[in-house]
Amino acid sequence: MTANRSSGHTQPAHERKGRRGFLGIAAAGVAGILLAPGVRLIEIAQAGQPKGGANPGVRWGMLIDSTACSSGCTDCVKACNTENGLTGGQSATDSQWIRKIEIKEVRTGKTQSLPVMCQHCAEPPCVDVCPTGASFKRADGIVLVDKHICIGCRYCMMACPYKARSFVHEPLTGQKPDVPRGKGTVEGCTMCVHRVDKGEMPACVLACKTAGHSAILFGDLNDPKSDIAKRVAQYASRQLREDLNLNTGVRYAGF
Amino acid sequence: MLATPSLIMTAPMRQLSPDARSYYGLLGLLAVIALFGIGAVAYMEHHGHIVTGMNNQIVWGLPHVFAVFLVVAASGALNVASMASVFGKTELKPLAPLSGVLSLALLLGGLIVLLLDLGRPDRLIIAMTHFNFKSIFAWNIFLYSGFVGLVVAYLWTQMEVGMGRYTPMAGMAAFLWRMALTTGTGSIFGFLVARQAYDSALMAPLFVALSLSYGMAVFLLVLIVSCNADSRAIDDGLLSRMARLQVIFIAAALYFVLVYHLTNLYFTKHHGFERFLLLDGGIYTLIFWVGQILLGSVLPMLMLGTKDVGGRRSRLKWASALVILGGFAQMYVTIIGGQAYPLILFPGSQITSSFSDGVINLYSPSLPEWLLGLGGLSVTGLIIALTLKLLPVLPARLDEHAFRDTSLKRPENAS
Repeated sequence: MTANRSSGHTQPAHERKGRRGFLGIAAAGVAGILLAPGVRLIEIAQAGQPKGGANPGVRWGMLIDSTACSSGCTDCVKACNTENGLTGGQSATDSQWIRKIEIKEVRTGKTQSLPVMCQHCAEPPCVDVCPTGASFKRADGIVLVDKHICIGCRYCMMACPYKARSFVHEPLTGQKPDVPRGKGTVEGCTMCVHRVDKGEMPACVLACKTAGHSAILFGDLNDPKSDIAKRVAQYASRQLREDLNLNTGVRYAGF
Repeated sequence: MLATPSLIMTAPMRQLSPDARSYYGLLGLLAVIALFGIGAVAYMEHHGHIVTGMNNQIVWGLPHVFAVFLVVAASGALNVASMASVFGKTELKPLAPLSGVLSLALLLGGLIVLLLDLGRPDRLIIAMTHFNFKSIFAWNIFLYSGFVGLVVAYLWTQMEVGMGRYTPMAGMAAFLWRMALTTGTGSIFGFLVARQAYDSALMAPLFVALSLSYGMAVFLLVLIVSCNADSRAIDDGLLSRMARLQVIFIAAALYFVLVYHLTNLYFTKHHGFERFLLLDGGIYTLIFWVGQILLGSVLPMLMLGTKDVGGRRSRLKWASALVILGGFAQMYVTIIGGQAYPLILFPGSQITSSFSDGVINLYSPSLPEWLLGLGGLSVTGLIIALTLKLLPVLPARLDEHAFRDTSLKRPENAS
C-alpha cells in the first residue's frame, strides 16, 4: 500500500487503475484457486458422513473368559493386526492394540492367559487428559482417537492404566481404508468400530470363535436380553484395576 | 506502601558490555547448538519418533526432562521480582527486570522443546483452538500464555517511565499466576491415576518448591556470570541473602521429596516402586542419590551455608550450577524413572507379554533427543544473552555506592 501511494504521483491515473484492476482480478483468481479444492473437499467429506451418530442407548462391551482362553494362542492378536493393518511387529516402538498376557500368581503358582486391549472405560482417563479432545468416547461407549486433531503429545498413554495405546513411531504403509492411522499420532483398539457399525463383531472376537475357544463374548451391555448382559448379571466378572472405578466395557471372568 | 519511585529513578540500569570475543563466542556457540536442535527436529519429523529412544513404554523422554525443568525454573526465576514487588524487599527492585527476563527466556525455551517433541508439532494451531477443559494440559496452554503476558506487562511497568505505580499490581498478578502455573505443571503428573510414581496431590507443592530452588539457582548463576562479564559491582550482603534463600528453597524441595517417599513407603502397594527407585533401579537409583540428593541438594547446601558466601562468587556460581544439575537429575528420575517401573495390572502375579508387561522398561536417549533438549536450552541462553546486551535490564551497579547514592534500602544484614 505504501509503495502504491508513493509511486502514485509519477504514474498516470489510467495506469494506476489498470494495475489495481489487474491486482484485484489476480487476487480473486488466486483466492478461487486456493479455496475451490477446499470447498470441493467439504462437499466430499459431508457426502461421506454417515447418517445419525452412535446409539446412546447401547454400551458395547466384551466379556473375556480366561478359563476358555488358551495359553500361547494368539489368534485374536493376529486377527486384530490383519484387520487393522498393523505389522504385527513386537519391538518397543511397534503398535500393539491387543496383547496376550501370561499371568502366574506368585503365591499359588496358578497360571492363566488372557488378552488385554483398550478397556473402553465409561470414565476413560485418556479422554480426561487429552488437551484437544482427540481422545473421545462415542455415545455407544467405544473409546477412540480422532486422528485429525491428535497432536501426538502422548499424555493419554501416560494416563491409561492398561497401557492400551500405541504411538505411531514411523511412516506407515499399507493402511486399511476403514482404519485410518497417522504417523505421530496415538492409536489403540477401536473395538473394530468399522465392523460394529456394519452389524459385525470385532475381528478378535470372530477369530477366537473360529479357533473354537469362544473366549471373548461381544455385545450390548445395556440390553438385558443380550448374552453378554445375561452372563455379566449371572456370573462373577471383574474389571482390570477395579480400584480406579472406571467402569470398563471389557470385563473378565474366570480369574 | 509498595508504590516506590520508579526503578529508573532509583538505580540507573545499563546494558551489558562484556568482552566482545567471549560474548560473540558464546552467542556463536549457542546459535550452533540451536541450529543442531533444529536439524534434530527436522530429522525426527522426517523419520518419526523411531529415531528417538522413546517407545510405547517410555512415552516421554529426554526432551520432556529438559522442557519440564525449563518451565519449572521459569516460574522460580521470578522469585526475585516477586520479593521486590510483592514482599516489599525494595533493595531487590533493580534486579526485578532480570528476574522477569529470565522467566520469559526459560519458559520459551521449555515450550519450544515441548512443542517440537509432539508427534505432530505442525498441529500447534489445533492445540490453540481445540480445548478439552478437563485436561490439565489444556489449562497449561492458558497458564503459559497468561504467564508470558503478565510478565511482559510487569516488565513494561518497570521499564517505562511513569508506569512504576502499576508495578506492585503487575508483580502481584505475575506472582499469583506463577503459583498457578507451577501447580499446573506438577498436576500434569499429579493427575495421572494410572501410575504409581505420580497420582498424588503432592506433585503440585513439590513442583512449586522445586521451581523456587531451580529458578533461584538460574537467577544467581546468570547474575554472577553477567556481573563478572563487565566487572559490575554487586553487594556481597545482597548475594549472601540470596544464597541463604537458595538454601531454604533446596531444603523446602527436599522436604517434599522426603514426604513423597515416606507416603509411598507407608503404602504397601508402593513398596515395589520405592524399592526400585531407592535401591535397585540401576541408573535411576544412581541419579537419584548421586545427582538429585548429593550433588544437587546436599553439596550446594553445604557450599552456601557459610556466612560470607556472598563474597565468594566462584562458590556461588558452582553451587547454583549444581542445583541446576540436580534439577535435571530430579526431572530424569521423576519423568523417566516413573515410567520405567511397570504398571501393576494384576497385583500379586508375575506377568509377561509381547508388550513389556511386568518388566522394567528400558530407555536410552538418542542423539536427536539430546540435541532437541540442548537446542531449547540454547534458545533460552540466546534470549538471555541478547536481552542483557541490548536492553538495560541490569543495574549499572548494586553495591554500597548504589545504596548511598539512591533511595534504595540497603539489605539489613549486609556484611
